[in-house]
Amino acid sequence: MASVSAKDVLTKPIFANNPIGLQILGICSALAVTSNLNTALVMSLAVIVVTAFSNFFVSLIRNFMPGSIRIICQMTIIASLVIVVDQFLKAYAYDVSKQLSVFVGLIITNCIVMGRAEAFAMKNPPVISFLDGIGNGLGYGVVLMFVGTIRELLGSGSLFGVEIMPLINNGGWYQANGLLLLPPSAFFIIGMFIWIVRSWKKDQVEAPEYVLAPNSKQEAV
Amino acid sequence: MAAKDSISKTITVTVLLCVVCSVVVSAAAVLLKPQQISNKELDRKSNILAAGGISEPGKSVDELFARITTKIVDLETGKFTDEVNAETYDAAKAAKDPALSIKLDRSADIASIKRQARYMPVYLVQDGDQIKRIILPVHGYGLWSTLYGFLALEGDLNTVVGLGFYSHAETPGLGGEVDNPAWKALWPGKQVYAEDSMKPMLHLIKGNVDPSSPDAVHQVDGLSGATLTSNGVSNLVKFWLGENGYAPFLANLRAGGV
Repeated sequence: MASVSAKDVLTKPIFANNPIGLQILGICSALAVTSNLNTALVMSLAVIVVTAFSNFFVSLIRNFMPGSIRIICQMTIIASLVIVVDQFLKAYAYDVSKQLSVFVGLIITNCIVMGRAEAFAMKNPPVISFLDGIGNGLGYGVVLMFVGTIRELLGSGSLFGVEIMPLINNGGWYQANGLLLLPPSAFFIIGMFIWIVRSWKKDQVEAPEYVLAPNSKQEAV
Repeated sequence: MAAKDSISKTITVTVLLCVVCSVVVSAAAVLLKPQQISNKELDRKSNILAAGGISEPGKSVDELFARITTKIVDLETGKFTDEVNAETYDAAKAAKDPALSIKLDRSADIASIKRQARYMPVYLVQDGDQIKRIILPVHGYGLWSTLYGFLALEGDLNTVVGLGFYSHAETPGLGGEVDNPAWKALWPGKQVYAEDSMKPMLHLIKGNVDPSSPDAVHQVDGLSGATLTSNGVSNLVKFWLGENGYAPFLANLRAGGV
């Protein structure tokens, strides 16, 4: 990590080193907030802001932070930022914040934020850390938007609340797929996303940890 | 390295960090509070207006809400009361306060709400002294969650104007269809009570209502695939318009004795 370019830290996490796709972090909220694009977009922006600023502030005080309490210091910074973001949403995007309810608060426990603070911001200067936070937030956002698009389009026949395929319930022709509105469907779609990215970027495929041993029992003729 | 890990350094950093963070957090909370409160108010008002079917293009929520009078009803006596301030009273909070609420018997508690506030706000649309519409807050348990909403009645205190829920967590696509405008459109015109009775008859049925049936006026299509949510809606209507709910008050209001 001697020298990292600004472009790399911004763009690498989007596909090459996606926090959800490759590092499998932050799955929980990705399941909960992607049943429509509005909430997915606001959640993505919130995570981008929190990751960027937490990286910035952690990096700013990294040389003063005693090693023994560094995690709790990072948590304090992250938690404060999340509360501020939550307050802003309540004041200026009330409807969306009602739908997101506890999930904004749960950004505190999003592994991406703390993962980046500990892995990157503790070792790099503030500006590049800030960009790394934006990059990783974007990586999270890309997956959220991908999942959100599929779920909202097939689950409610709309995108951003605008009707694309009229539902049978409203006199149209499209029978909505209710499964896609339930959280488990996000698992399938994230799985698909990881599959697609790994077929495209073969170096992300991990070596199997366990290999099935060939059957050693002899058939009795 | 050693210097920054010393005990005094650790304490200094902790204290400074906590002070800075708490100042930032409290500043955000205090500065944004007025905006948040007005959002909440706006949300509550627009839900009341939506249930009452009051909308006019180009008019703001506050302008429309100015036509509505908020009054507090004492459910025990079925009369208006000035015991609590209508502007600031919070029925949801009062339902948790033993002094302001009653614990419901299991047999009476058909909407599964456990405790009921003694005072409930009602919203009146008046033309002079004549009540044109009345909007009643209702809530009850569905399948996963408590559904909170408003039921609006015409001035005859029997014909439904509309029913709308502003907070619930039912299954999207199934029970969540309580928010579907096509389903909500089935409510206006339904009758709550049979003639000369204060026993609520309005309920949801399985499948579609047969318009030729004599009971059709008391029936609404159930939500397909959501029997328990449909039961929950039937129960909460039955409860809130029944004797433990607004029935005594509505009876008094009809007789002109409030």
